[in-house]
Amino acid sequence: MDTSIWRALFYLVGIMAFAGLNAAYLGWCERKGAARIQRRIGPCEAGWAGLAQPLADGLKLLSKQLLVPQGVDGIIFRVAPVLAMIPAITSMVVIPFSGNIEARAMELSVLLLFALASLGMIAILLGGWASGNKYAIISSARAVSQNLAYEIPMLVTVITIVMISGSMNLREIALDQMGGFWHWNIFRLENGHFLTMWISFIIFFICSVAETNRAPFDMAEAESELVAGFMTEYGSMGFGLFMMGEYLNIVVGACLTTTLFLGGWDCPFGKTPGVWWFLVKIYILIFTFIWIRWTYPRTQIYRLLNLSWKILIPFSLANLLITAALIKVF
Amino acid sequence: MNGYWSDIFTGSKSLVTGLLITAREFFKPVVTEQYPYEVPTMTPLFRGHIELIGNEETGQPNCVVCGLCQRACPSICISLEGKKAEGEGAKGKVLTSYVLDFTKCSLCGSCVESCNFNALRFSKEYNLASFDKNDFIMDLLKRVEDQNRCKH
Repeated sequence: MDTSIWRALFYLVGIMAFAGLNAAYLGWCERKGAARIQRRIGPCEAGWAGLAQPLADGLKLLSKQLLVPQGVDGIIFRVAPVLAMIPAITSMVVIPFSGNIEARAMELSVLLLFALASLGMIAILLGGWASGNKYAIISSARAVSQNLAYEIPMLVTVITIVMISGSMNLREIALDQMGGFWHWNIFRLENGHFLTMWISFIIFFICSVAETNRAPFDMAEAESELVAGFMTEYGSMGFGLFMMGEYLNIVVGACLTTTLFLGGWDCPFGKTPGVWWFLVKIYILIFTFIWIRWTYPRTQIYRLLNLSWKILIPFSLANLLITAALIKVF
Repeated sequence: MNGYWSDIFTGSKSLVTGLLITAREFFKPVVTEQYPYEVPTMTPLFRGHIELIGNEETGQPNCVVCGLCQRACPSICISLEGKKAEGEGAKGKVLTSYVLDFTKCSLCGSCVESCNFNALRFSKEYNLASFDKNDFIMDLLKRVEDQNRCKH
């Protein structure tokens, strides 16, 4: 692999730009999407169709004082929002956007991504803990139990993918699915995997919604019960970083789903594969995230855990066995 | 295991139904009113502040300066003055000033009810925010003259 300094610099700038633009404009997309679903028009004052809204919000948050309340754990309180951003941006290093756009192709990139996703949870835990606020602590406890519960079915479905592809390298997994949608893991004709893989896909998607703490699984924020959960004591850019971290986690989740199930940068008809197909797929998935958020009301914490332990985990385990049997039989 | 599979089935079905409903709403037209750009028309019984009714032909107020509205007002926010009509064969009084102190008005409508000459009504005005209290001490005679100027 080429190890010149330019490559590192190019990807640093590129990933930061991609992450920054997504973090800013997904907020706008979310508000516009919510407005359309509720038959409003959403932000429309700042710039054309409200396109300058993220800029205005950013300026507002930056110019606000970062208030550190009395009795908080000062250092952790300040570090937590940064820690929410870092894993999300770092994850993008191993995501193969296309055949020749990937910062670093690591052998264990799937494992790295899941390790970083768990770090994001630590940011929520630290933020809630350092705030010294009852709402915040309840919220972090919820976030941890939720993330633990949903990481298991998520990892089990990933194991099925790893068994099919025989690799833990995201690039290899994507390359394995090239050549039209019947090669993608979700519809894979080979060995009859399409029988169960669509269930895997649904499980994985539900888990990634829960892992990113999005509605209807946003137990950590739960405005109606916990004010704003772990973000209660945060204002200005501390809050801004948490929000950006949340949106970046969505982007990473969509990238991962695309790479694992939807064939990465492959074209559905076997022609013109490239980064554009990857972007189309992730933005369709992100739109689905927004669509889901504005459709379902928030669940309760015990229902959320029931869903994981009673339905998703048994299903993903059964799926794992069936996939293994299919690989063995054919 | 009782109801496990049926729960999963009905649950998934209701989730899909929900998604389809929001997807349909997504493509329907906007129903909200874009207020500062679109101004709504008020209902016939809307009570704005009162205004004088001008005569349909001359445009002069119908008011004969009887002062009943002034006496009917519980908040003492109406003050009006008139003078003897001038000219050949003229009779009665002519209105020279009619001032409404809207800061005190409670929109009870006693003035409109007490008027026997069809000279008072509620306006449809509702954009009445201001930084200055003096904006709400309204010269209604000037208002009816302005309306006449707009009409002719």
